[in-house]
Amino acid sequence: MDKTQQSHLLIEDLSVARGERILLGGISLRLSSGQIAEVTGPNGVGKSTLLRAIAGFFPVRSGRMSWVESEAADSAPLAERLHYIGHLDGLKSALTARENLEIGLRFLGRDRRTPLQALDRMELAHVLDLPVGYLSAGQRRRVALARLLIVDRPLWLLDEPLTALDRHACALLKAIVAGHLGSGGLTLAATHEPLGLPGTIQVRLGTR
Amino acid sequence: MTRILLVIFVRDLMLARRIGGGGILGLVFFLSLVTVVPFAIGPDLRLLSRIGPAILWIAALLASLLGLDRLFQADQEDGSLDQMFLSPAPLELIVLVKCMAHWFVTGLPLVMLSPLFGLMLDLDGPALRSVAATLLVGTPTFTLLGAIGAALTVTLRRGGLLLSILVVPLAVPVLIFGVSAAQSATISFLTPFLVLCALGLASIALAPIAAAAALRTAGE
Repeated sequence: MDKTQQSHLLIEDLSVARGERILLGGISLRLSSGQIAEVTGPNGVGKSTLLRAIAGFFPVRSGRMSWVESEAADSAPLAERLHYIGHLDGLKSALTARENLEIGLRFLGRDRRTPLQALDRMELAHVLDLPVGYLSAGQRRRVALARLLIVDRPLWLLDEPLTALDRHACALLKAIVAGHLGSGGLTLAATHEPLGLPGTIQVRLGTR
Repeated sequence: MTRILLVIFVRDLMLARRIGGGGILGLVFFLSLVTVVPFAIGPDLRLLSRIGPAILWIAALLASLLGLDRLFQADQEDGSLDQMFLSPAPLELIVLVKCMAHWFVTGLPLVMLSPLFGLMLDLDGPALRSVAATLLVGTPTFTLLGAIGAALTVTLRRGGLLLSILVVPLAVPVLIFGVSAAQSATISFLTPFLVLCALGLASIALAPIAAAAALRTAGE
C-alpha cells in the first residue's frame, strides 16, 4: 500500500435494525489511515452486528457510511476495500491450508503474498499442505488471519481476532496489525481484550 | 472476474470430490426408484414403456432436490458466504457458477445414465434419445429453480422440507413440458421441447437474481 494514500471511513449516526427491533443506533465514527478503533461492550450489545453492517452483510436502517480515498480514480465499493474476519473462519475443512488461501486469494483478487509467505508470517508454514479440518482451533484462526496478508485491502474488520490464539500468536497478530496501520491501513476490531496499540480510538457500545 | 468464477467452479468440484456423497446419493436414489417402480406396477411391459419417460422425469426431479439444501448452506455455516460478498465478482454470477458446479456433480451423471435406466423401463431407441435430450435441458433448470429455494432456506438448519415445498410448484411446468416432449418422441417432440428450452433459459436469466437477493437478505 502506498504510504501517501490517505483513506477515511466515515460513519454518521448509523443505525441497524432487524425488522422492527433497533439493534444499534446513533453510531458515529471517523477512522483514517493508520488508525485503529476498538469496539467494546458487553456480550450481545451489537459489536458483531456493527462490523457486519459496515462490511455490508447487514442492511443499514439509517445514517451514512462512506469510504473516501485520496486517489479518487479507483472508486471500488467499500465491500471490495475491506477484509472481514468473523467468528466463522470461512475455511473449508476438507481443503488444505494452501488450497483455502489460494481460493481466498483468487476470490478477493489483487494478491500480494503467496499462501506460503502469508502462513510463514503467521508462523504456520508447516501446516501448508494439511487439511484445515486437522488443525486446532487456534491454528485454524491463524490460517483465517493469514488471508489478511495474501490480499491487500486497506480496511480490516476483525471480530474477536484474539479468540483461541495463544499468547505468542496474540503478539504476532498485534505486530501484523501495527504493520498494517504503519503502511496506511485502517483497522476496526471488536474485542474484549484490548490489542494495546498506541492511539487506539475507543468505541464503547453500552446501554441502548 | 472470469478467474474468480473459474476458481469457484473448481473449488466446488474439489469439495464434492473430497467430501463425496452428493452426486452418488442422487444416482443411487434415481436407480432405486427406477428399479422399484416395475415391481410395483407388475408385469405389464406396454404400460411400463408408456409411463417410462414420466417415471424417469419424476425420479430426476426428486434426485435433483436431494442435495440442494447444502448448495449454499455449507458456505453459510463456515463463513465462506461472507467472503463471497466481499468478492469483486457479482453475487448473481457466483450463484450461477455454483449451480453449474452442482449440476455437473449431480445432474450430469443422471442425464448420462438415463438411457441405461430407460432400458430397465423397456423404452425403445427414439424414446431413450428424447428422454436423455429433455433431461439434459431439464435437470439444470431444476438445479437453478432449486437454488432459489436453497437461498431462501440457507439459515434454516432443517430446510430440506421447506425447500421441497418451495421448489416443487416451480418445477411443475418444467416437468409437464419435459415429460410431454419425452413421451411424444414420434409425433410432436419439437414444440414442448422448445418450451422446455425456453423455461431453462428463463431460469438461467432469473433464478440467479432471485437467489442472490435471497442470500443478501439472509444476513439480516
